[in-house]
Amino acid sequence: MMTGSRKLLIFGGMALAAFGMLYGLQYALFVEHQTLDHMGGSLTQSFSAAANRNLAQSQAALEQYGETKYDYVRQVDAHSHWIGLAMLMIVLGVIFEQVNFSEGIRQLVALSLLAGSALFPLAVILQTYHHGAIVLKALAVVGSALVIAALAATAWGFAKPRTTA
Amino acid sequence: MPAIPRPIPDSASLSPKSSARGFEQMSARRIYIFGGIALIAAGLLFGDIFAVFILHQNAGRQGEALLAASRAVAAGNTAAVNEAFRHLGSILEDRGTKVDAHVHMIDAGYLALLLALVQPYIALARQTKKSLAALFMAGGVLLPAGIFLIHYVGLAGSPFAAIGWASVLADSAGALLILVLIVQAWGFWKYLGSRQLGEPELPDEDSMPRRALLTGGTILVLLGFVHGAYYAGTLLYEHERMETVILQRLIDAATAGNLEAATAEVNNFGNLAGARAVNIAAHSHIIEFGLLAMLLSFVQPFVFLSEKWKRRWVKLLLGGSVILPVFVLLELKLGLLAGGIADVGGLMVIVSLSGMLVGILRYSGGLDAAERGAEEGT
Repeated sequence: MMTGSRKLLIFGGMALAAFGMLYGLQYALFVEHQTLDHMGGSLTQSFSAAANRNLAQSQAALEQYGETKYDYVRQVDAHSHWIGLAMLMIVLGVIFEQVNFSEGIRQLVALSLLAGSALFPLAVILQTYHHGAIVLKALAVVGSALVIAALAATAWGFAKPRTTA
Repeated sequence: MPAIPRPIPDSASLSPKSSARGFEQMSARRIYIFGGIALIAAGLLFGDIFAVFILHQNAGRQGEALLAASRAVAAGNTAAVNEAFRHLGSILEDRGTKVDAHVHMIDAGYLALLLALVQPYIALARQTKKSLAALFMAGGVLLPAGIFLIHYVGLAGSPFAAIGWASVLADSAGALLILVLIVQAWGFWKYLGSRQLGEPELPDEDSMPRRALLTGGTILVLLGFVHGAYYAGTLLYEHERMETVILQRLIDAATAGNLEAATAEVNNFGNLAGARAVNIAAHSHIIEFGLLAMLLSFVQPFVFLSEKWKRRWVKLLLGGSVILPVFVLLELKLGLLAGGIADVGGLMVIVSLSGMLVGILRYSGGLDAAERGAEEGT
């Protein structure tokens, strides 16, 4: 039977996966190659400038490298976490009736998983626009805490012997 | 297409005795299950071989290239700097394509297991579904093979400016997988119109192996998340900061002609890269193994082994799934000893998957027979 919690996980997971893939596609097509070129180029330039004893330029290029890598890591991480979490939601959705709680609690767990899975990578991506913003770090923590709490509840629910059909 | 009553084999029909009835022809679902597990096992084996014979040597070569770049800086030789970074790029490509081949092979296996789950809801003819399964498996093998070859084939004989034949092979295989998924989506769309199952759903059994895989898998994923949160909260920013700090110190030492200090900074850089790599590898491996355990819980009805052996394979799989990431993390403290134990953990998972594969080969095809019977209207 397709319960509300299963619908939430399966369709929420599919939507999140599609969004994550589309985000990744646009990033790969329009941003990633330029970013990688910029990152490798900055590091090479930093060493080349140092070889020419232009230390100011070397330091500026190294800072560029650090900032570009900061953004790149978060963009790729957010993309892969959206898709990975979505896949987890779909898999859990298939067997969520085996989580031995009432449907109300299951819906709460599913909602927590969906909210955390959407929020956590979003907060990570937003950090590329505002490096080191505390609010965004806090949002990422809240998102991951929602996912962790939902997974802990799910594991508990799976471990409980079946009491309902 | 006739509606299917809810399935099928009870535990008695799955007992080893009934294998004497002979094998049913493989259904699309069994191709996905068998092929998916085989892809995952092959991907893990490749990963183990990569870790033992290539990974550490590659890290050493990266250090040598960075050292060469620092020597070139000290000598004021810009051309040599560029050459050192070109060489570093090649080393990173060597490593990256092998990691990607490993990851893509395993991910194709996961996708195959997921497709096995949804086969009852794909309203296509049995033969079409089997052909799609065969195409998917071909794509799942050719995609990582193509990625693996990218570093070796390069641009040799390619008519394109930046894309070699190995990339063409990998991209074509990826397109094949996408095509299969699109047709599956179309089949699902047709199912939504009729709401009639094309074959029986997987039996909803409440066995110990299944519950252990579900619970264990979820706990593994949970542990992976907790570790990821810990890493992000305590180490990630520090590691990012230290990377540029070490590079700056390396450049400063090289510029000052202090080659000894430059060498020390290259070692520091290698240690930092190692610390990041083991944390990320532990995080991703434990989550992937958790997901694998959950997916395998679905296909236990197809594993035609006694309950005792099913339990053994499940314990081995869950044990290996914990040992590998934990000892990958401990590599920083225990060195190669921990690396060796981690490889044994990987081997435990591979052996467990192989055991389950044997069970799937021995499976007499009760579910497949029901599927065919349903299509024939019997």
